[in-house]
Amino acid sequence: MKQQRTAVAGRMDPDTRSDCRVEFTRLDRGGIVVKVESKVESLYGESIRTLVTDVCRALGVQHAALRVDDQGALPFVLAARVETAIKRADRTITAAYLPGDPQKHSSQAARVRPRRTRLYVPGNEPKFMPNAALHRPDTLILDLEDSVSPEEKDAARLVVRNALRTIDFGRAERAVRINQGTRGVEDLRAVIPQRPDVILMPKCEDADAVRTLVTEIMAVERKHQLPAETLLLPIIESALGVENAFAIASASPRVCALAIGLEDYTADIGVERTAEGKESLYARLAVVNAAKAAGVQALDSVWSDVDDMEGLHASTIESKALGFDGKGCIHPRQIPVIHHAFQPTEKEIERAKRIVEAADIARKSGSGVVSLGSKMIDAPVVRRAERVLELVRQYTEEEGRA
Amino acid sequence: MKPSGSFVKNAAGRLVPRIVNGMAMRPFALVEGIAPKGTTAGTLIRSCRDYPSDGNKSVRDLKEALRRSGLRNGMTISTHHHLRNGDALTALLFRAVKELGVKGIRWFPSASFPCHEELVPYLSSGVIHHIEGSMNGALGRFCSEGKMKGLGVLRSHGTRYQSVQDGEVHIDIAVIAAPSADAFGNANGVEGPSACGPLGFALADAEYADRVIVVTDNLVPFPCIPWAIQGNLVDFVVRVPSLGDASKIVSGTTVVTRSPDRQLIAEYVARFAEASGIMQPGFSFQAGAGGTSLAFVLKLKERMKARGVKARFVRGGSTQYLVQLLEEGLTDSILDGQAFDEAGVRSMRSDPRHVQTSPFTSYNYHGKGNFASMVDLVVLGATEVDLDFNANVVTHSDGYLLHGIGGWQDCLFSKCTVLAIPSFRDRIPVIVDRVTTLCGPGSLIDVVVTERGIAVNPLRKDLLSAVKGSGLPIRTLESIRDEVLDLCGGKPNPPVVDVKKPVAVVKWVDGTLLDTVYRVGGKKRE
Repeated sequence: MKQQRTAVAGRMDPDTRSDCRVEFTRLDRGGIVVKVESKVESLYGESIRTLVTDVCRALGVQHAALRVDDQGALPFVLAARVETAIKRADRTITAAYLPGDPQKHSSQAARVRPRRTRLYVPGNEPKFMPNAALHRPDTLILDLEDSVSPEEKDAARLVVRNALRTIDFGRAERAVRINQGTRGVEDLRAVIPQRPDVILMPKCEDADAVRTLVTEIMAVERKHQLPAETLLLPIIESALGVENAFAIASASPRVCALAIGLEDYTADIGVERTAEGKESLYARLAVVNAAKAAGVQALDSVWSDVDDMEGLHASTIESKALGFDGKGCIHPRQIPVIHHAFQPTEKEIERAKRIVEAADIARKSGSGVVSLGSKMIDAPVVRRAERVLELVRQYTEEEGRA
Repeated sequence: MKPSGSFVKNAAGRLVPRIVNGMAMRPFALVEGIAPKGTTAGTLIRSCRDYPSDGNKSVRDLKEALRRSGLRNGMTISTHHHLRNGDALTALLFRAVKELGVKGIRWFPSASFPCHEELVPYLSSGVIHHIEGSMNGALGRFCSEGKMKGLGVLRSHGTRYQSVQDGEVHIDIAVIAAPSADAFGNANGVEGPSACGPLGFALADAEYADRVIVVTDNLVPFPCIPWAIQGNLVDFVVRVPSLGDASKIVSGTTVVTRSPDRQLIAEYVARFAEASGIMQPGFSFQAGAGGTSLAFVLKLKERMKARGVKARFVRGGSTQYLVQLLEEGLTDSILDGQAFDEAGVRSMRSDPRHVQTSPFTSYNYHGKGNFASMVDLVVLGATEVDLDFNANVVTHSDGYLLHGIGGWQDCLFSKCTVLAIPSFRDRIPVIVDRVTTLCGPGSLIDVVVTERGIAVNPLRKDLLSAVKGSGLPIRTLESIRDEVLDLCGGKPNPPVVDVKKPVAVVKWVDGTLLDTVYRVGGKKRE
């Protein structure tokens, strides 16, 4: 008789919501026996049992006992938890249960688009996922890296994979932050077939790392016959990364932006991170300059105090003044504050309109000189004004979506 | 109306019992209610010769007061939920009833709370025959599982007043918890260690009950002022060491939701109030003390300040946030039925613009008008809503009775009724094909605001056109429902209930029967 193997996945404690705990034991005979304790038993009891059995079948499991303690997990979560438990019990299983449809909620990735806000959602906290996009971040990041403990990496990977296949993230850019190294390669294999728009690459230190990752992504894209669309967003989080920022930004046409991560950066240079941020001023300026030189966006780090809205606003105004195009968020309430700070002021818009009008008049009259009242306007001033109006147009389009 | 056994189908298409606890009932016929006939109930004429001329109506203890009130088997005893989840008096009361060897009591509370779980043994042993009032937590489970001896009767605050006034419910003994009282029986809720705010819910009971017992832990020399309850209506005054746990009677501070999704709902409601033009100088609104409602008040306040708009009145339950509106000059008055936190109690005690109301002034449908229909905007919750905007507030989708109606039904008569609800809870869709229990007819529900968008009742073309072009995510209930069912994995099964075994009925504001709550388990609903 073969050894019985038992494994557990998911969570079940008094605070658990919209999640479940699955205990899986492989057996030699007796078919698939499912025992369910669920707060939604009367509503979805049969549906839960059917899904658990379907996942077992898809993974080639013929005989097993499963116990599900459910606190209202949505089907994409339940399926991920069952699959994780099975794969923890038997690491040789490579088959997968794929709910939903990767095409349904994906759109063509756009290299240029507003990225004022990128909201990080922990990859192993499925309860936050269905509603995250309703808070309208420009980019929504399902995070497999720092927000997931090492022993839950496998679980989060399947939750994120299933989320990308089943949840409509609206017009938010769909992004995944993968892990470093071989874990990151496994992450790519799970998520690239689900057509995310962007892969965030943590702790990027040089152009080779970008090129290696692009090669890995292409391998997965080729295997699944997907268009070569997935964009890359390297995060600079070390002194070396800052030094190599321009090479990183220009290593591949897939790079759409550079982000800076200040918790790791300040640790790397051996200083405390302060709210004022003097210690990272050089790094932030270097990243902005490298990104702009390479023709990509520059995105600032997150503001970690979710209760300090005034601090966040002031910090975002500073980010904007330094040349950043966006800022990270760790809580949805930060989103409107950042969007508001990035919005050009009425005064800026008014002035930009007058400059662009004056430039139009000058062009039509064939005059090479643009003037506003008694003042001569230089070409870069016209370009900046055009950029302000372009941002207003983009942001308004984002706000107008419903 | 076709009879079906002991049930009859009402105008809302719901089967309701013909007889409830031995009394013939009328089925729901019209949202506007059927025309009442006859006169209101009266009470026995009393004489000063039977009461002490020195005004001292104190008796030794509750048992003595009950005995002298003529307590007998099968009587109706009423209590009130002013002490909320801190109430210790109701447990004392039923211990006394039990010790007097009395059984079969109809308990007629204005609401019950989780702390009343300790009454379950009295229900089991038959001291309490059945409850007519809200049934939450353990009492809700007890009733839903068919263990209560009689049928539960769920009424709104207004309908509770109506049933007493119209003589449908005759209260034998009213027991009124008074945070402050004198020996004559004058009482208020704003002073004393158990201060709770207004005592308006006890008004009907004081006026119509045969016997009225005031129980206080803060006996003051005559006169107890202000007198929210007049001593002239009171038979006995009992002093007890404590009415309850002050920290659970009012919270130190009421807490705004931190859930980003509920914050988003609150934001949408506030934006809707502004975009629809409801938020204009002199307007009025009512929102509850739930986290979403509090967040809504804060977000509306920002908009009122930005636009320089001041309300004429706001309706309580009061909280620190409503008190701030009053103190910052953003409303002329608070008309308050209950105070949820210390700031609410303090304001009612010290600010003449913060006024006590009662179910009579606010909600009673059998009167010469009430305040509810004059409110411009009311923001409520619900457990379920169907595609015709019919809503449920008493049962969950699994059939269990878990909430009371409160003032919810009465508030539906406002000029704009908004349900601010999540589109799903965990894996429980909130927008359903058929509500488990009908509590509010859809024609009175104007807007449903969820985190996924705002649905405006097609009957309210005026509101629809007012918010057009506002940038608000206006959607149909169907489209929100479909999106949620997609996430939840299809339509849920209907609750498993025994349709032959009613456990409670839901009244409409005119006293007719709107729907039935069934025993959970057993045969499936067809």
